[in-house]
Amino acid sequence: MEEIGSPEPTPEWRARLQVWRLSALLGQYGLLAAWAVVVVFFTVFPATSQTFPTMTNFATIFGSQAVIVILTLALLVPLTAGDYDLSVASVLTLAAMIVAVLNAQHHWPIGVAILAALAAGALVGLINGAFILVFRIDSIIVTLGSGTFVGGVVLLISGSNTISGVSQHLVDWVIVKRLLGIPLEFYYGLLLCLVMWYVFELTPLGRRLLFVGRGRSVARLSGINVSRVRLGALVTSGVVSAVAGVAYAGTTGAADPTSGEQLLLPAFAAAFLGATTIVPGRFNPFGSVVAVYFLVTGITGFQLLGAQSYVQSLFYGGALVVAVALSQIARRRQALDTGT
Amino acid sequence: MPPPPLLSIRGLTKSFGGTRALDNVSLEVLPGEVHGLLGENGSGKSTLIKVLAGFHAPDAGTIEVRGQAVDLPLAPGQFRKLGMDFVHQDLGLIPSLTVLENLRAGEIASSRRPYFSWKRERARAEETFARYGLDLDPTARVGDLPAVSRAMLAIVRAVEGMRQGAAEAHTDQGLLFLDEPTAFLPRDHVDRLFALVRQVVASNASVVFVSHDLGEVMAITDRVTVLRNGQRAGSVVTRQTSRDQLVHLIIGQHLQTLEGAHRRPTEARPAVRVRGLRGGLLRGIDLAVRRNEVLGVTGLLGAGFEDLPYLLFGARKAAAGMLELGDDTLELPSLTPSRAIAAGIGLIPADRQRDGSVGSLSVTDNLTLPVLRRYFQRLTLSWSRMVDDSRRLLHAFDVRPPDPTLVYAALSGGNQQKVMLAKWLQTRPRLLLLHEPTQGVDVGARQRIMGLVREAVAAGTAVICASADYEQLALLCDRVLIVARGRVVRELGGDEVTTERITEQCLRSGEPGAA
Repeated sequence: MEEIGSPEPTPEWRARLQVWRLSALLGQYGLLAAWAVVVVFFTVFPATSQTFPTMTNFATIFGSQAVIVILTLALLVPLTAGDYDLSVASVLTLAAMIVAVLNAQHHWPIGVAILAALAAGALVGLINGAFILVFRIDSIIVTLGSGTFVGGVVLLISGSNTISGVSQHLVDWVIVKRLLGIPLEFYYGLLLCLVMWYVFELTPLGRRLLFVGRGRSVARLSGINVSRVRLGALVTSGVVSAVAGVAYAGTTGAADPTSGEQLLLPAFAAAFLGATTIVPGRFNPFGSVVAVYFLVTGITGFQLLGAQSYVQSLFYGGALVVAVALSQIARRRQALDTGT
Repeated sequence: MPPPPLLSIRGLTKSFGGTRALDNVSLEVLPGEVHGLLGENGSGKSTLIKVLAGFHAPDAGTIEVRGQAVDLPLAPGQFRKLGMDFVHQDLGLIPSLTVLENLRAGEIASSRRPYFSWKRERARAEETFARYGLDLDPTARVGDLPAVSRAMLAIVRAVEGMRQGAAEAHTDQGLLFLDEPTAFLPRDHVDRLFALVRQVVASNASVVFVSHDLGEVMAITDRVTVLRNGQRAGSVVTRQTSRDQLVHLIIGQHLQTLEGAHRRPTEARPAVRVRGLRGGLLRGIDLAVRRNEVLGVTGLLGAGFEDLPYLLFGARKAAAGMLELGDDTLELPSLTPSRAIAAGIGLIPADRQRDGSVGSLSVTDNLTLPVLRRYFQRLTLSWSRMVDDSRRLLHAFDVRPPDPTLVYAALSGGNQQKVMLAKWLQTRPRLLLLHEPTQGVDVGARQRIMGLVREAVAAGTAVICASADYEQLALLCDRVLIVARGRVVRELGGDEVTTERITEQCLRSGEPGAA
């Protein structure tokens, strides 16, 4: 039976679809292109053409930012499931501090100290999940509180001091050993990114996570145990944030009680900026990694030009707002295209 | 000599990409009339309204209001200065604020006065409500009001806005657009809304009434304009027109009637049995459905019949009861959606946007959600197989366009619903639960959807359909249960399953002493 009013695939309609797909392609690789532009700019620009395009500089860029990469990947999991986790940076600091206190002060074996740090991350995720799910409180509020609370715990167990003397083994395996001139921690971040891409794209779990984030009720009525998925996402972000904390302790060989907190905004900026690229409209691991390195490349370039630390705040703060604005524009265009 | 039209649209054309949403449409609204605007989803009704509201710039055409040509495109909000206002289906009210705050939202937004005398505003509001015979408390929270009061509040607010705009244009001829205001109203409340519409028209204003419901259109409108495929299919005087003629104008062909044609003997042994179900508004339901049977469940609003599908799926907690499905027995109080699915039950909820699907994800994503495990082999999901199978399903279920990579929200309402049917029927459920399966769906797709349900039934799925659409029940169901006050009060079968009989029985079920 002929149905009237449904969009038939006319030639015009196909042409429209092609234009739409082309612009989608541009959106998909826009950030990569922007990154390339930034790299070319600082390579060609006279004031930085000596210092910027060097192996040392690239090794620094790729190596030093692995902690933010891991933290951003941690954040992606609850974001995809529709929950904010503002406690990730505090968990990172806590994990770094637990490694330092147990290993450097109490002389626990480094392996055991790392396991304790990861368990602490899982515990924070579990507590976040319990409050969010049992009492049905907004995740922003719960994790804002728990993050601050954890920050207090860090100050308590460290006596507000930086604790150094973390096992050289950890430092070796994080930052000293190199592959192709780049510290190993870069590859840890990349490996984690691959694992996450696999789970997001190639497993039923990844699909379920996506549906839980986009439509709780749809997910529930399709047979997904929504609470279990959300709890799992929050525990995962706790554990992966703790991994970032261990990498942080390995990078600096120490743990200080406050500076990890400053990584919260870069992680959010990278997650949202990453959602505008590779798989536009979705939080996605490769997009996030591209976003982290795009931001840090720009920051490094400007610092080589003599800019002070303010440039970090300008970049990360600006990127977060611009990224969210971009994704809103994309959404609006999509709505116009579908005539809704 | 007829009076000059209040609104006169000529040759209005608007394209999106290559599609003509409006194609040389003309429309005249006379002073003091209720003008029906009819058409299937996608026929151009919404585009026409959006052009008038200043959302879309038309490609060609002219618009005259009270004989004065209007410069196109209209600026957003300009309609107010022309003495027009709109009530959209979602009503545009803020539930957490009071009636008074909602009523004055426009003024609060634009007033240049430094302060607001709430006392005076309240007195004014009470006076306004009294004028329209409404019993509304200005201090009540809008979210606490029944649906019909919310709709009336939205209409009164629009009428006030329209009056004010008309007064500024030195006329009393306002024009009010009601875009499916009755869609979510219980049938017995529609009359109250119609009384309000008649009152508005009596004061020399005109109303354009957009609806899917032919009965309502026949009852309230003076004239009707029908759009089809972006073109005007015709304008008729309601009194001189029959329902059949309207249907013919809307779909451009005669409806092939299913009613009565599908009934044939079914297996005697019940495939599904519900015993002692209590929960929601239901207070003790026993029923049986045979394989190869569609069982309708209906009643008046508040009877509780619409709770049944959700209770049987574990989406809402039941207080007591059990469900026998072949040889399996499920305890309803401990049932969850995932257990229900594992037992071979599917649910197509009434609220597609909230409960049925995620509009921002692809058709394939939405289709494959319940059967993801099929595609997870050698540790990876096979996206290409998911897309291939989805394409096959879209063809089988006559979804247009059959492109599985399209975003779900890009499909029209009827096609979205076909995807929902495909999503659950691919699992070959033993029991399929439907709640208002053709709500917000155009006439052609509605026919197709009912055909698809019948096909599934022929293949051995038992179906329970909860609906307040009596005509649909008559077309689709083999038996219909009438629910009143949480209990089954009447069973209709065989030749009794007609729109008239179901309507009559529902109306009588509300009488004291029935049951």
